[in-house]
Amino acid sequence: MTSTTTHRPADQARSPVRHPGLNLGPSHQESEDVREEMVFGFWVFMMSDVIIFGLLFATYVVMLGGTAGGPGPSDLFEMKSAFIETMILLVSSFTFGMASLALKYRTDRKVLVIWLVVTLLLGLGFLFFELKDFHTMFGKGGVPSRSGFISAFFSLVPLHGLHVTGACIWLIAILGQIAVYGVDSFVKTALLRLAILWHFLDIIWIGIFSLVYLGGLS
Amino acid sequence: MTDVWSFIFGRLGWDALPFWDAIKDPTTFNIINGVIAGGAAGLVLLGALATVVWITWAGKWRYLWTEWLTSPDHKKIGIMFIVIAMVMLSRALIEAVFMRAQQAVGLDGGFLSPDHFGEFFTTHGTIMIFFMAMPFLTGMINYVMPLQIGARDLSFPIMNQISLGLTAAGAAIVMISLVLAPFSTGGWSGYPPYTELAYSPDAGVDYWIWAVTLSTLSSTLSGINFAVTIYKKRAPGMKLFRMPLFTWTALCTAILMIFGMPPLTVVTALLALDRYLDFHMFTSDLGGNMMNYVNLFWAFGHPEVYILILLPFGIYSEVFATFSGKRLYGYTSLVIATMCIAVLSFTVWLHHFFTMGQSASINAAFGIATMLIGIPTGVKVYDWMLTMYRGRIRISVPMIYAIGFIMLFVLGGLTGIILATPSVDYQVHNSLFLIAHFHNMLIPGTLFGMLSATNFWFPKAFGFRLEERWGRRAAYAWIIGFMLAFFPLYALGVMGMPRRSLTFFEPAYLPWTIAAGVGAIVILFAMLFLLIQLWVSVRDRHSNNMFAGDPWDGRSLEWATSSPPPEYNFPVIPEIHSRDAYMAEKEQGKAYQVPDEFPDIEMPSNSAMGVIIAVTGTAMAFGLTWYMWWLVILSGVVTLVAVIARGFARKTTRTISGDEVRRTHLAWLEHIRRTTPVDRSKEQTSENRGLPVPPVEGAVQ
Repeated sequence: MTSTTTHRPADQARSPVRHPGLNLGPSHQESEDVREEMVFGFWVFMMSDVIIFGLLFATYVVMLGGTAGGPGPSDLFEMKSAFIETMILLVSSFTFGMASLALKYRTDRKVLVIWLVVTLLLGLGFLFFELKDFHTMFGKGGVPSRSGFISAFFSLVPLHGLHVTGACIWLIAILGQIAVYGVDSFVKTALLRLAILWHFLDIIWIGIFSLVYLGGLS
Repeated sequence: MTDVWSFIFGRLGWDALPFWDAIKDPTTFNIINGVIAGGAAGLVLLGALATVVWITWAGKWRYLWTEWLTSPDHKKIGIMFIVIAMVMLSRALIEAVFMRAQQAVGLDGGFLSPDHFGEFFTTHGTIMIFFMAMPFLTGMINYVMPLQIGARDLSFPIMNQISLGLTAAGAAIVMISLVLAPFSTGGWSGYPPYTELAYSPDAGVDYWIWAVTLSTLSSTLSGINFAVTIYKKRAPGMKLFRMPLFTWTALCTAILMIFGMPPLTVVTALLALDRYLDFHMFTSDLGGNMMNYVNLFWAFGHPEVYILILLPFGIYSEVFATFSGKRLYGYTSLVIATMCIAVLSFTVWLHHFFTMGQSASINAAFGIATMLIGIPTGVKVYDWMLTMYRGRIRISVPMIYAIGFIMLFVLGGLTGIILATPSVDYQVHNSLFLIAHFHNMLIPGTLFGMLSATNFWFPKAFGFRLEERWGRRAAYAWIIGFMLAFFPLYALGVMGMPRRSLTFFEPAYLPWTIAAGVGAIVILFAMLFLLIQLWVSVRDRHSNNMFAGDPWDGRSLEWATSSPPPEYNFPVIPEIHSRDAYMAEKEQGKAYQVPDEFPDIEMPSNSAMGVIIAVTGTAMAFGLTWYMWWLVILSGVVTLVAVIARGFARKTTRTISGDEVRRTHLAWLEHIRRTTPVDRSKEQTSENRGLPVPPVEGAVQ
């Protein structure tokens, strides 16, 4: 918690913002040079990924009626656990934000690592609650082989979960890199990209919470 | 024992051998089909074996590994993409000849079994789209685009390797399916419910799903790579509106790949969920809805059509301008037209299923949107003709393809307008009229474009020209063969012959199917001529050498390098001051300069990632197809470990010293000094050593 770097937002006004989202700023020059292409490329990848989710959302809405006499949304979903998952994920986005700020403004890596570990634990906690949810649904006969509607649910929501799993594995790998190499420019650009993915998954989840859970239980 | 067997081999058994039916039930009919399928399998095995033996005999494994397979160089990756495309083109073309042969004798019978015929049209379509056209154009962009914008490589060279690895894996899966059959019989579009487990329980559809999925992932990554490269790696002064048209179309293609490929990823994944985990997305019972499949598939399928055609538009733009010795007419309008087509391509997918029950007004809206695409396309055709107008046209091989394209493509476009009218579409949909239409777009459009580009840029890539005489023969055989093979299908379609017909009972069809069969044979000869052209060119490579690098008096930056260019492309990144950057340099007498200093150059170092992904991709797809779960898990784990390990790599670049760059560059300039420049009348003779006479008062000499 010692040596914070000295520059302030006023400094950034001089260095133009070169990609959307958090820019590391001039004190990270060596990462500055490579990161622009990397981060931009990751944004483009996110645009491609959002198409996948968009199509699955659309398919889900079309398939809402395809319950084939089986259980529907109100039989299967529980607001309480969905709300807990939402809160966990939103808090994890906040903690990742804190990690990004620590990356930008602090030279010691302890704070950064602490925030990253907290984020990781929240991500794993979200996955735990989501799997528990699926388990409950299975217990109520909500298996994908039962109907088109449940199939559509299980093609959309677990894909988000898979993304979170991938993001957690990536985060663990980055923590490993920090352990071996410290916070070098490779780690910095990787964290910038992972941050984009993490917040992106948050936005997707807000879509899922609103459309699937709130919409299904209203 | 059977437990161990089924654990290791899943559901793979002796019946996967392509001649199994012929052994089990040796009727003449089964033997003929068994011989054809077994012969194909034998060819694949023999080809693979011959390649391995030849590389071993020549002692080239190390060279292959260090210089090609692990190379992150965009030029080499581009060439490898095109090699895959050529191999797959040969196979799919032979399949086409078999289908034409079947229909030529198909009155009341024929010699192919229904399943065999189904595999033919499915693999033909799948290969031509995903493993011929896509790798071909990806390879072309890979090779040419970074040179045209003055970059040293793509933005993500290792991701580029992975793209190649995924495409190679998909192509390998399609090839393996010849040896361990069957492949899908569901057509290249794989419509459920036929492709669901209930109706197609064997491994065929699974082969198709995973081959296509691998190709889709590859194209998505390539699209991202190309778009980022074009946006971020242009040389100083290379503003967007100074980019050559090829690069513009590459950009539009990349954008279409980024947004057009995800629907296919989604749809093949959902079909796989249906087949593997008993989902009900597209089944005919329990609330499944196959119309979702059709919508999603064509939400990919239509942008895909423009992925296939926009890049050839760029290629033709370069070819017309270069071989007319003129600036491209209407550059801005061509760019705008390209962008319009790219946007409109997302608004017309429904015209692929006018007959599937939506209301008349929806059909009308999509019909009108479809016809709108004719407008920007028309703009392009006029621009190309006006580029040739009052130019000094040289009828070289790329130009023959290009002129053949203009004539035939306009015709195909007009039949497209016919099909875009929903009421007419009700009459001719699912008939051979449709087949004739889209082959009329894709062969003169995409394939001629790629062959034109091959003839155009081959000297750049390999340092010697392709031989002209056999090139012409191939070009004319393609054009004539195409007309013979596909114009009869228009007539057959209007007469009512459905597509994918194994056999027919209407004698009036027969003359037309025979004519189409003859056309297919002419096309087969065209392919043969291409191979002869390659052979002759390699044989005469010394007399056609063009190390100097500029055989056609080129206009854009890729011609300002030696042929083949050094790994780093440019000794120093050039400054761009106008369109047609290299032509401007030649006009001002500023070409072939010695830079003031030669700084060290940092290039990406070799990596085995592409090879690893190719191997694990193939293994995983194969395991999934045959239910060999241990193989799926193993290849998944290896992929994950490889990707994570790559994240730990820190030495990802290597430095080429400025001294070496200086030596290479000066040696090239010395070579140019000793080369006699030729004017355009000698372009196709062996006097052409890659150095044109400089333009006088802006006119090509």
